[in-house]
Formats: sequence, structure tokens, C-alpha cells
Amino acid sequence: MDCSEAQALMHGYLDKELDVMRAIEVEEHLQACRACQEAYHAHDTVRSAIREQATYFAAPEYLQGRILSALPVATKRKAIPRTLSLTWLNFGAALALVSIVTLSVSLYLAGPPQDEHLTEEIISSHVRSLMADHLADVASSDQHTVKPWFNGKVNFSPPVNDLTEQGFPLVGGRLDYIDNRPVAALVYRRRQHLVNFFIWPASHDQDSPAKILSRQGYNLIHWDHAGLVFWAISDLNPTELRELVSIIGRANGG
Amino acid sequence: MLFKYSRRTHAFILGNKTIRWTVIHILRRTGKSSPEEAKARRFAEVALPHLDAAYNLARWIVRNPQDAEDMVQDAYLRAFKSLDGFCGEDGRAWLLTIVRNTCYTWLHQQRGQALDTSFDEEAHSLDGHGSVTALDQSDSNPQAIMLREADRRWIHRALERLPLEFREILVLREIEDLSYKEIAAIANIPLGTVMSRLARGRKLLLECVRRMNEES
Repeated sequence: MDCSEAQALMHGYLDKELDVMRAIEVEEHLQACRACQEAYHAHDTVRSAIREQATYFAAPEYLQGRILSALPVATKRKAIPRTLSLTWLNFGAALALVSIVTLSVSLYLAGPPQDEHLTEEIISSHVRSLMADHLADVASSDQHTVKPWFNGKVNFSPPVNDLTEQGFPLVGGRLDYIDNRPVAALVYRRRQHLVNFFIWPASHDQDSPAKILSRQGYNLIHWDHAGLVFWAISDLNPTELRELVSIIGRANGG
Repeated sequence: MLFKYSRRTHAFILGNKTIRWTVIHILRRTGKSSPEEAKARRFAEVALPHLDAAYNLARWIVRNPQDAEDMVQDAYLRAFKSLDGFCGEDGRAWLLTIVRNTCYTWLHQQRGQALDTSFDEEAHSLDGHGSVTALDQSDSNPQAIMLREADRRWIHRALERLPLEFREILVLREIEDLSYKEIAAIANIPLGTVMSRLARGRKLLLECVRRMNEES
């Protein structure tokens, strides 16, 4: 390495920015060349002098508030918490309340889809039943054990069928709580898949045909029959779930 | 009671209907919030910690407090608008790039004030081609000029007078303590240029300091 190369690279060496091979080369040259060594020390003193002598201009305290208040959103609440006057806070609170009421009323009028809400509750109940080791309050594949169990627990009698022969053995039944009311939940199994059936009295007597939904990887089928609401949910594929639903439908004269 | 609040589902219940898109989330400061609030929060996290760095760079580039404040405010506004394009690697480098660009745009707009007015009358002897030639000569000659103790107090003023292209690199390197890679990204120059500008800048600074001390 000659002097001009060393002079060019010594700054990278000074700043510890050279790769190991280069750094060794520069080091060797510096040890051998007195002039370059002096230059190196000179630059080193400049370097440390800047670090000691040159001012670090910290931002004035008010600058952050100025910046935030100029942004095209209201972040003032966080930015200048202590200087916000009470009047403005009150005004803001009043405004927020008015917006909430307006929003609520408009959402109410717009009517969030009731089914959507129900679907979410069904999914939650299904997931909870799998998670919390609380699949069945009455674990039995005997329909004559499961059906009477619901007596006195719900004000209706859910149709319970043992479908072992059809490939859907009954796992059991439990009490669940959906749409602000206690409901009957029946559990069937197909291979490793569990199917939850939620049943509760409908608010009307009209039957409605089965609707099929798919949410979060679960398949759901719901229908109304004979004054009862039925919801089936499972990670089972839609075809087999439909098969189970039609078997139950036939068993109950639907 | 018009509203009932369901603790279980975190929703308001009005009559038989449930209002799902929960207003409560907007009210909850710790919970999820509107996209605008989320953006403001992300901005505060990404950009605000580097306010001093931003101001320091702007202050060294434009060299007076009022303009530096304006530059920083302008830069933060730009940063906020382009926040969506920032993928979150290095907030400081991202912000400083914007600060630098803002300053450069402003300096360009200042008619009659060319970019390299960095040297005023006191130091004009270092300005222009003369000094560069002289430096090129000294480049090939390792003969070093040592910084004496008496010269040190001139360092700040000398740095202020250094041409912008060297000054900003020295500020980022020595005062902000950034790596070559970060500096290269901010100043949009190759790594090698960072090193050569540091070399030239240190040399210029040394000469300037000595001259100032002799003249005083």
C-alpha cells in the first residue's frame, strides 16, 4: 500500500469502517510510514475536537408542539397535555358525546346485520366448546340419555338423534348461551371433526330453508323448522356437513 | 336507559339490537383506534424520537435557528404525508433524509444564495478552486498539519464555514455519530464518496482552524 492509498483509506480506518483485510493493510502502512502516521493523528485530533467542541443543537422544547399542531390530524391531546385548557376539553368531550350518539343512532338505523352478529356468537361458542374441554355436559351417544337431560334446563325439547349408523355418532349435549338466551347444543362427530348443533325456539313459526355460510375456516348451516332455530357449525367440509343436516332434517320430518 | 353495555361482547346493546362496530374501541385509549389515530401514533413513535437529530442537521445545514425550525417543521409534515411509504427500517435515517431534502429544496429556492455560500468573507481564502488545488497537492503529500490545543476552540466556527457538502457529512459522522452506510443513504451518495468527503472535510477544517487562530 502506498501513501496516497493509505491517505485515502485512513479515514475509513479512523472511523472503523474498513473491512478487516483493509484495516490490517492500513495499520501496517501506518506503522511503517511516519508521515502517514502523523496525518492519521492529525485527523484523529480533528475528529475528537469536533466531537468535543461542535455544538449539538437540540430542538427547542416548543418545536414538538408546533410540529404536532401543524399535522393534518388532531394529535394535540397527546402532544400538549398540560396546556390544553379546560374549556376546550369540555368542548371536545361534548363534541365526542354528540358524535357517539349520532354514530350509534345511525348504526342502529343502518342495522348491523343480525345474522352476522349471530354467526360470530355461534363461531365463538363452537371454538370455546373445543378449547375449554367443555364439549358436553352430558356425554353420551344414547339419544334417550341426552334428550331428557335438557328437561328443566331449557323451555323446549330439542330433537336428539343418534346417527352412529349414518357415520355421525352423537358425542353428547350441553347447555350454551347464545343471542342472550340459553340454547341446547348437541355435538356429533365425523372422524376427527366435531359438529356443534345449536337449537333454540324461533320467534316465528315459519320454516326457512337452510343457508350455508363459511367463516374463518368453519362451515355453518342454519335453518328454521317447526318453531326451532338450528345452527350447525364445524370444520368439516361443506358436503358432509350438508349430509348431516339433511339426515337430521329427514329424521325430524323436515 | 337508552344504551346497555355488554361487558362480554364489548358492545352497546340498544333494545334488542347490538351495535357491533364498537364505539367503545374509539373511546378506549389503549385499545384499537381509528386509522387516523393509529397513523398519528405510529408517526409519534417513528419520527418524534429523532426531533433533536432532525433539528441538529437542519441547524447545521441552514445555519440559523429560525430557518432550521421551519425546515424541521416542514420536514415533519412531509414525513407524515409519506409515512405509509416508510416500511420501518430506520426511522432516523428516513427522517434525516427528508430533513436534508427539505433544506436543499429551500436553499435552492433562495435565489442569489448559491449552495456553496458556505464560506463567508472571513474564510473566503479557502473557497473556490484555489483551495481544492492546494488540497489535492497536500493529498499526495502526507505532510500533516497538527491541530494544536489553541486551535480547538475554533472548531465549531470553522465547521460552520465549511462548504455544505463537507459540513453535512462531518455533522452526520461526528456529531450524529452515524455510520458510513447511514450517511450514504441520507446524502444519497456512494460509500466511497462518504469517505472521501470526510477526508477532504477534515483536512479543510484543520486548515481553516489554523488560519482562524493565526488571524485572531
